[in-house]
Amino acid sequence: MLKSFTRLLFTLGSLALSMTAQANVQIFACEPEWATLAKELAGDRANTFAATHAGQDPHHIQARPSLIAKLRSSDLAICTGAGLETGWMPMLQRRARNPKVMPGEPGYLEAAGQVERLEIPAALDRAEGDVHGDGNPHVQLDPRRVLEIAKALSSRLQTIDPANKAHYLQRVEAFSRRWLAAIQRWEAQAHALKGKRVIVHHREWTYLLDWLGMQRVGSLEPKPGIPPTLSHLADLKELQADRIIVSPLNDDKPSTWLHEQTGTDVVVLPQTVGAVKGTEDLFGLFDEIIRRLTTGDGA
Amino acid sequence: MPKTLIGAAMAMALNIPMTAAIAESADIAELKQMIRQLKHQHEQQMRELEERVQRAEARAAAAEEKALGTAGEVAIIEQRAQTRPGTGSNAFNPAISLVLQGGLASYSQDPDDFHLEGLPLGGEAGLQDEGLSLWETELTASANVDNLFFGQATLGLHTDDGAVELDIEEAFVDTLSLPAGLGLRFGRFYSAIGYLNEHHTHTWDFADAPLAYQAFLARQYRDDGIRASWLAPVDTLLLEIGVEALRGDSYPGGGNDGDFGAVRNLFAKIGGDAGQDSSWQIGLAHLDVDVAERTSGGHSHDHGGDGPVFSGDSGLTVFDAIWKTSLSGDRALIVQGEYLLRDEDGQVDLAEEAGNAVFDYDGRQYGWYLQTVFQFNRRWRAGLRYDRLSANNDLAIIANDTGEADDDILAESGYQSGSHDPHRWAAMVDWSPSEFSRFRLQYARDDSREETDDQVFLQYITNLGAHGAHRY
Repeated sequence: MLKSFTRLLFTLGSLALSMTAQANVQIFACEPEWATLAKELAGDRANTFAATHAGQDPHHIQARPSLIAKLRSSDLAICTGAGLETGWMPMLQRRARNPKVMPGEPGYLEAAGQVERLEIPAALDRAEGDVHGDGNPHVQLDPRRVLEIAKALSSRLQTIDPANKAHYLQRVEAFSRRWLAAIQRWEAQAHALKGKRVIVHHREWTYLLDWLGMQRVGSLEPKPGIPPTLSHLADLKELQADRIIVSPLNDDKPSTWLHEQTGTDVVVLPQTVGAVKGTEDLFGLFDEIIRRLTTGDGA
Repeated sequence: MPKTLIGAAMAMALNIPMTAAIAESADIAELKQMIRQLKHQHEQQMRELEERVQRAEARAAAAEEKALGTAGEVAIIEQRAQTRPGTGSNAFNPAISLVLQGGLASYSQDPDDFHLEGLPLGGEAGLQDEGLSLWETELTASANVDNLFFGQATLGLHTDDGAVELDIEEAFVDTLSLPAGLGLRFGRFYSAIGYLNEHHTHTWDFADAPLAYQAFLARQYRDDGIRASWLAPVDTLLLEIGVEALRGDSYPGGGNDGDFGAVRNLFAKIGGDAGQDSSWQIGLAHLDVDVAERTSGGHSHDHGGDGPVFSGDSGLTVFDAIWKTSLSGDRALIVQGEYLLRDEDGQVDLAEEAGNAVFDYDGRQYGWYLQTVFQFNRRWRAGLRYDRLSANNDLAIIANDTGEADDDILAESGYQSGSHDPHRWAAMVDWSPSEFSRFRLQYARDDSREETDDQVFLQYITNLGAHGAHRY
């Protein structure tokens, strides 16, 4: 028993050694959008791992064993930050025994920390629901902010892997050019959306609405992170809105009920890459968001 | 380009002797003139080339500068973002959270008579007070000490017979940046034995401890000591191996006689994913205890005397396994179980008013539980748990000066086993209006004793302050 256990350890150990021998930068992305961005900016010089997929709510992730193992061997961790991963990431960082990805090190980047955040509460009180002291963390839905984050991520890649600095520079330049052109295209397509009034399920759309100049008139959740209640939904009936925006993760009962009561159309928007078909990368994500918003498709 | 140069040189080299053969001085002068012109032209071309190279270099440098500018811009962005948090004197305060737990407990049998046959209870083991009461109030503070250490302390407040007790539940320091996946923890902490033992009670899925934890760990085992562990550099699998040396002051230890490490623990954990939405972990630990004068309540503690005192060796092996699957719509399934096996060997002293009794005790005991919890949505969960214990103890009287019959002494000691295996069914349902509060209703049909005890708990757990990250 002990002998076979020792043998297992030895095998695992040598397996591990062969794995750590690879030269590529190992990137641990807390959410799929940052994994996609990292792939875009690092190309074949990095192996990217996404800790969560589009079907999971990044607020509620378990600090599960495989994530500890993954973080143990990572060179760079990119997370949303602003308190989004507060229930699991600090535990992973403490248990992964990897000084490279501790807060404050070049190997740990918080995306929301690189941009101006909205909805920073003046006072913190849990009676207001699951509010984040650092503001709304869902910054991935504003392409202008995504560009700032891309630059910060590229700069970290250059710091961590200086041998490939030129490669990262060239990729971030190319990405910025394509991204700026795409932003112009999306803004042109979404021109008619300016000033439209929407009701959202959760406040993850704040940055999208800010970018497109749309107006949030209400949320299905009475407080952030608190599931909708009937009395709150009844209050929303009075509001004049053009659309109800939900994500594929949200329970569809509250939005359907409100649609039946008021006739306001519901649009299901992808909140990250991979959430719906055709959103395999960041370009596809915003293409699909704009398409659904302008055509009302995705009801 | 080099080809044409060589060609030109060759043509010149061939041309000169040929023209020299024709040999007219005027011609030579003309030729000299031509060569000068060629040379001049060549020099001019070289200069032009050089200038072009210089211009190209300048352009490249400018491009690099621009690129560096991107990085510089980024640095500015990072700086701007990072200067935002408050810089007051309290900015470095540790994360503080306060857990308030309490509830209502109701029993059909006398809770003060709670005992497990052949497994005398020690330490904090036993049932919650009957009626409405505070169960546990825990204040936890944690923060990085500096770049090398993380510290955490939990103070527990309990009421015991009307008096408030302040207890340092844990106070430990973890290393943060040892190389090669090594880590040290020192101070007071919950031993890495079994799954639930390392989890605070407010994260447990049932209102009470499994029977095996009551019997073998006095609900939960924590002690002063040091832990060294290693996290293997395996990419997709968690593999952690560690050792602990602990003081042995609390149950299952029996007090420290000055030795370093009256309790030794050897543990290993392996865990990973199964598909996209399931994860698992199994653990194996062996706790080796030099027991020095461990007291236990015994069967009848109102009998007078101090109760039985055990000295000897105790070995506890724990195997634990957990499986979690998350399903769509915030539904989830958790299945977990632990098997505890204990081997004890030594002597038990029993002091009575009339005199002392001593007997040999050789026990082989096991206990296990299996539980499953289903989460219907973010707010509602329900769970079912089954517990079982069994003891097989060999007892032999060595001396008896109490004036009582040997059999009576053994029966009173609580060490006698044989006629009844404690077991229990428990079902619970809980409601969590937010991540920070939970209300639980639990019913248990407890056959720990000969007579069935119907137990009902109504429990509340609230968490104020910092949003602590939870262990898996």
